[in-house]
Amino acid sequence: MRRHLMILEFALSCLCRRKYKNLALLFAFSLLVFILSSILLLTYALKKEAIEILQGAPEITVQRTVAGRHELIPVEYINKIKTIPGVGKVEPRYWGYYYDPFIGANYTLLGANRDMLRKIEILEGKSFFSEQKGVCIVGKGVAKAYFAEVGDRITIIGADGISYTFKIAGIFKTASDILTNDLIILSNDDIKRLFQIPTGFATDIVVEVYNPEEIETVAEKIKKLFPSTRPITREEILRTYESLFDWRSGMILTMFIAAVVAFVILAWDKATGLSAEERREIGILKAIGWESSDIMELKFWEGFVLSSLSFFTGLIGGYMHVFFFGAPLLSTALKGWSVVFPTLKLTPYVSAYQILVLLFLTVVPYMASTIVPSWKAAMTEPDQVMRG
Amino acid sequence: MKYKVFIGIFIVELLLLIGILLFSYISINTRIDEMKYLRQLCQGLTATDLAIWTEARYTRHPSQTDIFSAFQDCPSCLEHFPAGSVLSPPPHFRRPLEAVK
Repeated sequence: MRRHLMILEFALSCLCRRKYKNLALLFAFSLLVFILSSILLLTYALKKEAIEILQGAPEITVQRTVAGRHELIPVEYINKIKTIPGVGKVEPRYWGYYYDPFIGANYTLLGANRDMLRKIEILEGKSFFSEQKGVCIVGKGVAKAYFAEVGDRITIIGADGISYTFKIAGIFKTASDILTNDLIILSNDDIKRLFQIPTGFATDIVVEVYNPEEIETVAEKIKKLFPSTRPITREEILRTYESLFDWRSGMILTMFIAAVVAFVILAWDKATGLSAEERREIGILKAIGWESSDIMELKFWEGFVLSSLSFFTGLIGGYMHVFFFGAPLLSTALKGWSVVFPTLKLTPYVSAYQILVLLFLTVVPYMASTIVPSWKAAMTEPDQVMRG
Repeated sequence: MKYKVFIGIFIVELLLLIGILLFSYISINTRIDEMKYLRQLCQGLTATDLAIWTEARYTRHPSQTDIFSAFQDCPSCLEHFPAGSVLSPPPHFRRPLEAVK
């Protein structure tokens, strides 16, 4: 044990001799782990959060398509869908997008039914009755964009060009931002009037299926009954979110690859050979009686000290960046042109898989690139090593 | 002795890492009720997507994007908006057309 500690002591002395170079390496290595871990932790947390929350999404959403585009769906379809065995509630949804020309933001407008309004709890202010007109509930992002509070009024220009004013009855609390940030909830009548939705039509239809095993079958039956529709199952929504936040795709992958390539260059530089000074050092150690295994252990400790400290520092930094500060460095890239963007207060989901991926992408190649050239030098005769 | 300093720093960092993992575990457990509420809210609102990217309909509702029309808007299709390059396309865009219902 004492022998190993002495070799570790010698390794630390070697590192201290090239203090500035190794400090720079420690900084670059930590920064790289910080970037990689921030990306991994953020995408995983977003994915987990999406999958947890969207378990509550409708079992089936039925869209109608005309000439390849989403179209309004006749409400009369509901009666036929209700006749399919295993189907529970079938309800029309009235919703759409609204671009606010004054603020330059997009909002999602949603018509509320009685059930929906009963289930809304986290509110500043209160909910409203489904028959009530001229009132709304807004998400935190919308309230911020309008600098509005409960009791204030917001104006929306309807499809007929007339400005409609709605009193804010309630504002969703920040805890539900990820689901409600850009939402404006109005009564179904108000939505139909705003968007000029013809009587007998809805934006889409949501279908409840009692037995989760039967969702696919019901979706197939709806497709058969109404060939111009597209039933979207909850399973499909969950699959979509699994792939949306996959760290192996999209811009996230681009950022990830850039960081990995930077690291590969660093490791490659080390792996392609030792400096003349390092070779001479190995030669001298062999000449004074060190075994090849001792030299390997020395190099192992050198690599271990640098990579373990960088790995821990980068990982802890990445975790704090994502979960304590809301990933400010990444959110600029994530935000894009979204004017109304939620504050990312994510549940800190961490998996062993992520830590292992990070370990295999950083520590393992670095250790290999430290030990392999030293092993080659340690196998050579001391005089040859010293002569270079 | 330098090794004592190193071992000290190593242990502190290891404890910090264990600490944040414990914090994660506790946070996940304390947010169970909140997540349950969000799931219920999602059910109540009949929401199909998260309100993260609002710049285009296919980034606001990625699960509702269709595959029927040529040059259809979807994340990573002929891209107009920055968020579309952050998101990856939904799985039904990656399957061959014949396999889609």
